Amino acid sequence: MSMNRAVKVPVTFLMAIAVFALVGPWLSPHDYITTDFDNLLASPSASDMHLFGTDDLGRDLFVRTMLGVRVTLIVAVVASLVSLLIGVAYGAIAGFVGGRVDAAMMRFVDTLYALPFIFFVILLMVAFERNFFLIFVAIGAINWLDMARIVRGQTLSLREREFVEAARLTGVSTARIIFRHIAPNLIGIVVVYVTLTIPQAILVESFLSFLGLGVQEPQTSLGALVNVGVAHMESASSMLLIPAGLLALILLCFNFLGDGLRDHLDARHTE
Amino acid sequence: MTLLKVKGLSIRYGDDVVVDDVSFKVKRGESVGLVGESGSGKSQTALAILGLLPRQARVSGSIEFDRAQVIGAGEEALNELRARRIGIVFQDPMQALNPYLRIGAQLKQILLSHGLAEKGDADTRVIEMLAKVGLPDPERQFGAYPHQLSGGMRQRVMLASALIAEPDLLIADEPTTALDVTVQAQILDLLEDVRDNTALLLITHDLGIVAGRCERMLVFEDGKLVDSGATTSLFASPGHEHTRTLLAAAPRVDRGAVPPGVSASTLLSVGDATVSYKELNAVYDVSFAVKRGETVAVVGESGSGKSSLVRAMLGLVPMEAGRVVYAGDILKGPVEDRALSQRRDLQLVFQDPASALNPQMRVQAIVEEPLLVHEPRRPSAERLSRVVAVLEKVGLGERFLRRFPHELSGGQAQRVAIARALILDPKVLICDEAVAALDGSVRQQVLDLLRDVQKETGLSIIFISHDLAVVRSISHRVLVMYLGRLVEAADNAKLFSAPKHPYTRALLDSVPVPDPVVAPKRAPLRGEVPSPMHPPSGCVFHPRCPIAEAICSNKAPTLVDHAGTRVACHLVAD
Amino acid sequence: MVHAAPGGPFDDERVLPADVEANIAAAYHLDEPLPKQFVRYLGGLLQGDLGPSYRYRDYTVAELIGSAFPLSLKLGAIAMALALIIGVGTGTVAALRQGSLLDRVVMGFSMTGISIPVFVVAPVLVLLFAVKLQWLPAGWSGASGIGRYVLPVFTLALPQIAYIARLTRASMIDVLGRDFIRTARAQGLGTPTVVRVHALKPAMLPVLSYMGPAIAAILTGSVVVEEIFGIPGLGQFFVRGALNRDYTLVLGIVVFYATLIISLNLLVDILYGVIDPRVRYR
Repeated sequence: MSMNRAVKVPVTFLMAIAVFALVGPWLSPHDYITTDFDNLLASPSASDMHLFGTDDLGRDLFVRTMLGVRVTLIVAVVASLVSLLIGVAYGAIAGFVGGRVDAAMMRFVDTLYALPFIFFVILLMVAFERNFFLIFVAIGAINWLDMARIVRGQTLSLREREFVEAARLTGVSTARIIFRHIAPNLIGIVVVYVTLTIPQAILVESFLSFLGLGVQEPQTSLGALVNVGVAHMESASSMLLIPAGLLALILLCFNFLGDGLRDHLDARHTE
Repeated sequence: MTLLKVKGLSIRYGDDVVVDDVSFKVKRGESVGLVGESGSGKSQTALAILGLLPRQARVSGSIEFDRAQVIGAGEEALNELRARRIGIVFQDPMQALNPYLRIGAQLKQILLSHGLAEKGDADTRVIEMLAKVGLPDPERQFGAYPHQLSGGMRQRVMLASALIAEPDLLIADEPTTALDVTVQAQILDLLEDVRDNTALLLITHDLGIVAGRCERMLVFEDGKLVDSGATTSLFASPGHEHTRTLLAAAPRVDRGAVPPGVSASTLLSVGDATVSYKELNAVYDVSFAVKRGETVAVVGESGSGKSSLVRAMLGLVPMEAGRVVYAGDILKGPVEDRALSQRRDLQLVFQDPASALNPQMRVQAIVEEPLLVHEPRRPSAERLSRVVAVLEKVGLGERFLRRFPHELSGGQAQRVAIARALILDPKVLICDEAVAALDGSVRQQVLDLLRDVQKETGLSIIFISHDLAVVRSISHRVLVMYLGRLVEAADNAKLFSAPKHPYTRALLDSVPVPDPVVAPKRAPLRGEVPSPMHPPSGCVFHPRCPIAEAICSNKAPTLVDHAGTRVACHLVAD
Repeated sequence: MVHAAPGGPFDDERVLPADVEANIAAAYHLDEPLPKQFVRYLGGLLQGDLGPSYRYRDYTVAELIGSAFPLSLKLGAIAMALALIIGVGTGTVAALRQGSLLDRVVMGFSMTGISIPVFVVAPVLVLLFAVKLQWLPAGWSGASGIGRYVLPVFTLALPQIAYIARLTRASMIDVLGRDFIRTARAQGLGTPTVVRVHALKPAMLPVLSYMGPAIAAILTGSVVVEEIFGIPGLGQFFVRGALNRDYTLVLGIVVFYATLIISLNLLVDILYGVIDPRVRYR
């Protein structure tokens, strides 16, 4: 079964960006820390290898942007994995056990779903200083709800499917039922939703950084770069447009990827 | 007077040709049956007549209705035809009706959109129509939502919606397939009564329905129209090979030969089984026995408890009362508590093969799994040869080992399910509507397979079905269930030739016979199966029973033996 | 929980003599054990008292919220209304003309709209419309009249328009593919009638369910938008409060928002039952 273009194109873009982010800084003579007060807010130019120009402290923007991309991507992927683990475990248990336990668990999820989590997170971030580790926890804590719901729904419907009943009848052990029968049928939908949670994680991280609560100097992320860019947008618009553009591009790619995978999955089911 | 003229109709989806150069006519007032197996193009043809095919369809040829061309016509022209000149009833009324709107509103909209009534008297017209289709208490039902009605009532509403604008042609696409057989008889009668001079194009896979209700017949195979003519002529001397095949594969409820040879030893018995879910009794006090090498059929309509009964026997569902005895041992309740040897001897084949096979597993893994559980010490080479052997037994071969379920046809998938059930050499095979989802010829093949295995190995089969014609062709003994109770248990020959319980008699009379010479009987029962949550008092059948008397509503009858047949009825004469 | 964090609300002010500190602590009940503070807070909550603001010492939190909320409400409500009207409208049209150029344009737009975060859209729009083209004002206080509403409302609404358009389109396509729509068409009702009478209600269900998260998103977005445009709304107070460690204010706003969202979700649930009778009659 071939994956359609909707999947290949975004993946290509993302890989290109990732490669750039990894390799780019090595190719540049500059690093992300060195300030150069003679060369503030310079426009992009090839002559002194400031491909994206410099920022308000004279640091090379190309390297800093690439660093930002790295941080943004790493945070997003790790946080998504965290929410994936929590969400899948929670949802699978609720769906598999069923009955009152399931009802209670999902009621809990519904209540949490209603709350404006971001605010709680900001509260946390402020209260506990700017802890890098906390960012992961915060993002993961916000995103697991959707995954839990999806996994629970899928597990419930799988449990009712006759091949599970047949396995039970034959005497297949519960462990084998879970691993051989239920889990493989969950993978598809989990993969799709992970590609859709990653952009959410990126958004949360960027938002926090934008508010000044995320990644701290001299480290940077795309959100933090946008924050700085906003402050200087009238004098050096590229400072805003470049990280903003990259951020948008990355998010777009993930969204397209998730959509493409989801369509692919749906097509398989209707066969 | 020709109403509908179809000429050279072809429908394509990309490279896939679903209807190939089909031509036929329908005259004013006549009834035409359109038969064929699933995928033969019948429904596509029907949709094409109304211009309802999806946009990906490529349609060519000509469809003329009263000299107006349908193919390529604009939406406005088509809307003139729809409902006003051509009405349509679809198969599944729960899906075909809008669940978010009241049924009165849905019917009213038809009148309003076609300018057939003013807002004022539209309501009255709708209520009149609802009464005409036999809906009890039509004023109240006007405001009801589809999910509040039973299956039969919903289909009556659909019929009302198709006929309310008084069309000249009514197309009915498998109108009774989703209904119980006694309700089906009611709807078929209603169709006759209510259509007046409207022509009828009845699409079905059931030759019994065509034989009884259609003057003419069109036979489809793989998108082509292979045979057509008067029903009586075609049944007597079919023109095309495929027609012959279809006729041969159609079992009859009024004739049959009993399969041979049953031993005398009882293998499995069920005593006083009661299964309940929350507040309702799915199965109430049912007892029966199965002998070695025997096929016992359990028949009943929806709510009869047949599936719950076997699930309880297998330990998948708890039994509130009663016991199951197998080979002298009482089987423990939950299946997990039973001995492995007991578990391997009782196997189950489900109705829907698509759901019964794990879509992520290949055929080899699916069929092999029971071996892994019960004989884990066998070397894998031996397991493989066992798998291949059983696949060959069911008529598939080695080349199916690597396939996934979605790469199999319905019949093939069901055979894989049967292979999985047979690989452990069970003594009892329970088939829960195992052939209901299969087409005529494929169904015959699977039934033959079961008979062969039974002859070879002395396998006992418990065969659950709502299809009495199939049951007649395969069973030694038959149990009839109604609302969770066992109402009659008899030998095949006795049950079908001289049924003792009024429900059994009604069931048999409701089944359409694929023979145009045999006139269809009027639907023997009114109403539908009551909800198991509120069973009627006394004999649960009494509200619908044609011969019920006072005692029937007061006292529940017990199963009494009458010359070899057990019957639960106060009024049985010997 | 908030108190467990290091640092107190008065840390970065002038260092006070010990006994003055103790007095202030007593006045704000900070010297009591934490559980007692919590209970006291809850008690106050039930009476509608959210406590005093630590920072703006002349006002209670409730007063602050009361002064800032109406503006945020106005902006948010207009944005939500805009999002629903434009989103549902374009989504429906795109669904009806599936595969056409219009559909693809709408889809492209909405994909972009949900991929670009509010804090990117806002500055970019300001850059474009206020700085470069000079069509609209960039700030709030410096301008007056309808003009100054345009950019903030639109920025707030944009991601919601995009999401709702996408959601509506997908939902409408799904509903239009269902059997009962085929029946409606077979009854000769004509497309506008089919959509209006049969398809619209069920297609709106997912959008209705989204209203809860949508409002939460608008609240979140308002934080950014108010910051960037300098609008004295609740979002701005929240950020200030957070950065100033004004616990009661921040907590108060969070509690307020949570209550708001929970009540709105209840409303959504009720409306869901109005549309889907199967939920109603159980």
